[in-house]
Amino acid sequence: MGRAYLGEFEELVLLTVAILNGSAYGLSIADELKQRTHRSINLSGVHVALYRLEEKGLVQSEYGGATATRGGRRKRLFSITAIGQQTLSDLREVRNELWAAIPTLSLS
Amino acid sequence: MANSSPHPPAWADQLLSWLCPAELVEELLGDLHEQFYQQVQSLGESKARQQYIWEVLRFVRPYFLQQRASNISKSLEYPSPFFLSPDMIRNYVKIALRNLIKNKSYSVINIGGLAVGMAVAMLIGIWINDELSANKHHKNYETLYQVKMHQTFDGRRGTQDAIPFPLGDELQAKYPDFKAVAMFDWGSNRSLVVGNQKFLKDGHFIGEDVIDMFSLNILNGSKNPLKEPYSIVLTDETAQAIFGNQDPIGKILKLDNMVDLKVTAVVAKQPKNATLQFDYLLPWQLQENMYDWIKKFHKTNWGNNSWGVYVQLKDGINPEQTNAKIKDVVLSHLSSNENTVKLIKPEVFIHPMAKWRLYSDFTEGKNTGGFIKYVQLFGVFGLFILVIACINFMNLSTARSEKRAKEVGVRKAVGSGREQLIGQFLSESILIAGMALVLALGIVLVSLPYFNTLTEKTMTIGFENPIFWGIMIVFTVFTGLLAGSYPALYLSSFNPVKILKGGVHVGKSAALPRKILVVVQFTFSIVLMIGTIIIYQQIQHGKNRPIGFNNRGLISVNSSKDLIDHLEALRSELLASGVVSSICKSNSPPTQIWSNNNGWEWKGSTPAEKSVLFSTIATNFDYIKTIGIKLKEGRDFSRDFTTDSSGVILNEAAVKRMGLKHPVGEILKWNGRDRTVVGVIPDIMMESPYRAISPLTIVFEKDWVSFICVRINPNVASSVAIDKIRPIFDKYNPGFPFDYKFADTEYSKKFSYEELIGNLSAIVSLLAIFISCLGLFGLASFMAEQRTKEIGIRKVLGASVANVWGLLSKDFVLLVIISCLVASPIAWYAMNQWLEDYTYKISIGVGVFLTVLAMALLITLLTVSYQAIKAGLLNPVKSLRSE
Repeated sequence: MGRAYLGEFEELVLLTVAILNGSAYGLSIADELKQRTHRSINLSGVHVALYRLEEKGLVQSEYGGATATRGGRRKRLFSITAIGQQTLSDLREVRNELWAAIPTLSLS
Repeated sequence: MANSSPHPPAWADQLLSWLCPAELVEELLGDLHEQFYQQVQSLGESKARQQYIWEVLRFVRPYFLQQRASNISKSLEYPSPFFLSPDMIRNYVKIALRNLIKNKSYSVINIGGLAVGMAVAMLIGIWINDELSANKHHKNYETLYQVKMHQTFDGRRGTQDAIPFPLGDELQAKYPDFKAVAMFDWGSNRSLVVGNQKFLKDGHFIGEDVIDMFSLNILNGSKNPLKEPYSIVLTDETAQAIFGNQDPIGKILKLDNMVDLKVTAVVAKQPKNATLQFDYLLPWQLQENMYDWIKKFHKTNWGNNSWGVYVQLKDGINPEQTNAKIKDVVLSHLSSNENTVKLIKPEVFIHPMAKWRLYSDFTEGKNTGGFIKYVQLFGVFGLFILVIACINFMNLSTARSEKRAKEVGVRKAVGSGREQLIGQFLSESILIAGMALVLALGIVLVSLPYFNTLTEKTMTIGFENPIFWGIMIVFTVFTGLLAGSYPALYLSSFNPVKILKGGVHVGKSAALPRKILVVVQFTFSIVLMIGTIIIYQQIQHGKNRPIGFNNRGLISVNSSKDLIDHLEALRSELLASGVVSSICKSNSPPTQIWSNNNGWEWKGSTPAEKSVLFSTIATNFDYIKTIGIKLKEGRDFSRDFTTDSSGVILNEAAVKRMGLKHPVGEILKWNGRDRTVVGVIPDIMMESPYRAISPLTIVFEKDWVSFICVRINPNVASSVAIDKIRPIFDKYNPGFPFDYKFADTEYSKKFSYEELIGNLSAIVSLLAIFISCLGLFGLASFMAEQRTKEIGIRKVLGASVANVWGLLSKDFVLLVIISCLVASPIAWYAMNQWLEDYTYKISIGVGVFLTVLAMALLITLLTVSYQAIKAGLLNPVKSLRSE
């Protein structure tokens, strides 16, 4: 593995950034996660996860898209980096291998 | 929706910005707000609010708090420099000095102009301070008063210092309001003789209380030195002059060759701006002992006003109440004996010391100011000059701002805030003001002696006074802030991106305020110029006024008992010397009138006309001849007519007032005696050259003498004549040094007040023009520099030097013309107000305004032309080559 450890929530956030690529920012990510996971998501958690991911170099950010409802404040738009993508596909591979290693047992 | 659109609670936002690192606050708040508005739509406002607060509270988590804490500690480790931190100030000073050195001519114009402006303002400040602090050295400044009196003569309410002799004792005895009362006479030059040394010094007979009242500083001798009638109090200066280093106390002096006096005390000489001035003081009682006419005519006479009186109120007494009590004190003593009194209505009042010097004018019984108007006027002038100098500074700084714009851009780009830039430019201008202050102090030091001569004062700079330094520092900072405010606020507002991209174009928008400032500057200068010219015109107008007698070669000498006793011998000896053509006695010098009297009756005069006031000259023979008056009608008093001892000569104004058709031979009545008119003279000018000439009676009174007037033979040079006259006077007047005054010099002193004002405003206006031109010069050179390329191209296309000159001068000429148009009505109004005070005055013509316009244009063109022609002569090859 050798790569950074990703928590479960971080992984979800990273995936969402990848989904929303280009228009991902705190609130949009939180909304997306709420829809998809039906969990209660709060903004502070999303933000912390985003900043951690950025510190790990998995996402990058830029400012943009100020709107009136934001009181003219800019969004920090996140996009996934190459390392981030690599990390995701690595994780997926590991999981696939793990899934494959499970003896035939019906889980459904 | 608009007026009640829901808002997330502000305190929550505030909390968030406290909790989270500053750089994250924007996006976090943005997200929170966006979510809030979504939730308002879906959940309603109150629910959204709850959610919002909950969300904010969720930010209280270790991640953010740690970040925040480390941010704070970082900011402590690398603080952003405070805009007045020593490092920044050092940097400002360095940049300021570099700029000054880089642009030497601008620096000189800037600092020089400001320094001259500050120096003038300072000198005026010193002068105003001297005027305002007059008399304040007296400890009883608050409680000292002079008694004055309003009286109505011929329908006009006048106010005078002169009061009757018995008033002093009356006030002292019957009015408990007064702590002390001191009568005084007007003072005159008297002779003091010690051994064979003779001195002519000025002093007063004055009440003994004066020492305590005026807190005179007794350096030596008795504490109550005026108690004994045969005493004299000298100032230290007089004592030094008479006795040198000997102890003067107890020494004997002979006064006026009449009485021996013992020196009882030496007091410090009064400062020059004090009202009470003297070389010595004499006891009030001595006067009665010396002159029997005092007992005879004055001691109990309430109708003759020849004296003055100072009073000191007890602490806590309201002067208004005192005034109400003493109002009729003179009237009540007069009312029994004369019916004219009711017309004259003498009303006594007290005038506080604080108003003696600057508020001494009265019109119709009301205190209407006085010299204070000049103090205020010059205060305004000082401010004008300072503003003009500051305008220069502002103009040059903004004009040159284009050069500094890059610096501003770079500073902003590397993170300096607006307040830092404002701080920089203000500290720069304060630095320059500081340099100007040093230069200004130098100028003041050098020019103060001349200024003292001009204003006849002995003013000093209070270097040892911390208040002086306080004022100077405040003054400099204020000037620096005033001068630097515009550039500081203006330069710091530049947008760094624009500046660094292609240089800002300080275009028309910046040129307009600059032009307005130039107009303001020139308006000030032109108002001052017009004012000065009108003052000089008015002085000249007074000087050109026909005076009706010949004041050349006419001298006056104080009379004395010896001189009067031997007048005939003196006269014949003087005439025999060949240098004198005639002499006469008189009660006042030939350039002044010392006596005014009412009570004259003439054919057809009404009882009310007994209140008409006539100037009085008392003389006997040869007055007309000696003074050099051309008679209109009749003759001079003559030794051939014994009846002339009850004669009178009138001037034309008196004839007119009395309405006499054939004055010569008319019988008038005065003081119960008939007076026959023997002659009529034209209106002679012996009082103020700016007032109407009052009706005059020249009466024959052989004992009413204060002066001997001597007409020098016109064929003899006056210096030769004086040398011959001196021994004759010395012979008949052994107790006095020979002291004489030329009438023409004395006459010219009548203009000294106006001349002082004229000279001061001339200086102020010349400097105003000078400073304005300095600024104009700087602006013109800047303009020329800025348009070098344009001029180069114009020249290539065939413009001549004259074209270029016209191009550059046009703008400034227009500004000066606008200034003239603005200034003229202001000056016209102000000077009309000033002339109101004069009866004999010029009317302001168009000429002055045209002259000043022409002068202003000429000066402007001269100033601008240097730069314009220089620019015009520049070789276009050179000016276009660069780049």
